[in-house]
Amino acid sequence: MKRWLWAFICAFSLSGCGYNDFQRFDEQIKSSWSEVLNQYQRRADLVPNIVATVKGEAAFEQDTLTQVVEARAKATSIQVSPETLNNPLAFNKFQAAQGELSSALSRLMVVSERYPNLRANEGFRDLRVQLEGTENRIAVARNRYIQAVQAYNVLARSFPSNLTALVFSYQPKPSFAVQNEAAISAPPVVNFEKSK
Amino acid sequence: MNSGTNMSRFGVLGHRCLMGAVLALACVWSGSAALGQQAVPVLSAHVMDSTGTLNTQELERLEKKLADFEAQRGAQLVVLMVPTTQPEDIASYANRVANTWKIGRKTVGDGLLVIVALNDRQVRIDVSKTLEGAIPDLAASRIIEEAITPRFKQGDYAGGLEAGISRIQSLIRGESLPSPASGAKARVLDFDWQQLILVFFLIIPMVGGLARRLLGRQLGILATGAAVGGLTLFLTASVALAVLAAFAALLIALFSSFGVLGRGMDHHSGGWGTGTHSAWGGGRGGGYGSGGGGDFGGGGASGRW
Repeated sequence: MKRWLWAFICAFSLSGCGYNDFQRFDEQIKSSWSEVLNQYQRRADLVPNIVATVKGEAAFEQDTLTQVVEARAKATSIQVSPETLNNPLAFNKFQAAQGELSSALSRLMVVSERYPNLRANEGFRDLRVQLEGTENRIAVARNRYIQAVQAYNVLARSFPSNLTALVFSYQPKPSFAVQNEAAISAPPVVNFEKSK
Repeated sequence: MNSGTNMSRFGVLGHRCLMGAVLALACVWSGSAALGQQAVPVLSAHVMDSTGTLNTQELERLEKKLADFEAQRGAQLVVLMVPTTQPEDIASYANRVANTWKIGRKTVGDGLLVIVALNDRQVRIDVSKTLEGAIPDLAASRIIEEAITPRFKQGDYAGGLEAGISRIQSLIRGESLPSPASGAKARVLDFDWQQLILVFFLIIPMVGGLARRLLGRQLGILATGAAVGGLTLFLTASVALAVLAAFAALLIALFSSFGVLGRGMDHHSGGWGTGTHSAWGGGRGGGYGSGGGGDFGGGGASGRW
């Protein structure tokens, strides 16, 4: 009877220290991370179609196109696994590569506005819609990943669950951050003079 | 002196913030509501217009169209018209609203939100994950371009919405979703009964016994009542139900302590049953509510006019 009581107490004190919560949040992070990768993959799969369509436009800026192709190659060449989450360096590298692809793609989309044939092209319009949808999904998936990481990290840092984290050596997980912080916080320069 | 302690307090605070980069992120996150984002309105009808664009007749017609469709097919479609979504873009605002409301049936998750930002001249169809197969982004984009925005350009908002909704509904009809009269509700009730029986026959006597042994008879019985009340409050979020359950548990613990377990339990599980029913009826009866199952992952399309 006494032994059972002890087992009971141990089980409850362990869950009281957040051990179970750590496991739950950890799984949540993993699944939301998979969703992030899934959506990035979806975008990477879309890029060759976009490039092929844009290439059909005779005088399209080659620079922009090559940048997109290179950024995609770089982004897909990085191997990611669940262990990436425990390695901030690899995580940042992955994030930087995807960010590069994001900006290359948005530049491509801006440039494509200058080509009337391309804008009228039904296939290109469809690809645009799909790319936009994918970017939205990436945003949502990243958002959910950030939330999952937040829950985990708060648990890992607050008392008394930080003791559990110490005992089992759970580290805070890396999260997405804005890469071009300086560029965003600088006020936009509006200049109409140039267009003369 | 005073300023000195203030300074040091700020120093400590600043230091902590620097060290806890992740916690700082948490602060930013929880503070996002205070950054002047548009509030999410309370879901009260199928068609909600805070701009005053649609007149009563149009509102009623659209409402009926959507309510009929929900009764027939089960999918929840909601139209929201707001003046603006600034400073957010329409996609992230729509996603926030849709995921707050969670429109779509509990077990199916088939919800869809059409959102119009009048002054921004933007419209978006936000599709839940369940319906992404029926309405892929391309289809949503076509509906916006072909049915909605041409009419919006002429100022015919009700007509644009109606045409768009018709096309959305015909797409959803092509998808094989479970019909609204399926056994989902019955199963939920069944599950509740099983849980109830488990709680009353096993857990209360067990917890009650333990609490009695640890705390003495009177305190133990009280603790059991409080614990069951708290648990019920946590599970059902209904105060009346929680009080009822706490009282029932109190009596059961009392009876089980006298050793007349069987009789006491039979009587009181009956009382609990009627309590559950009336509480459900009241909760479901008032106004339009979300099914609570929709999960929106960013699917859909936006357009301008």
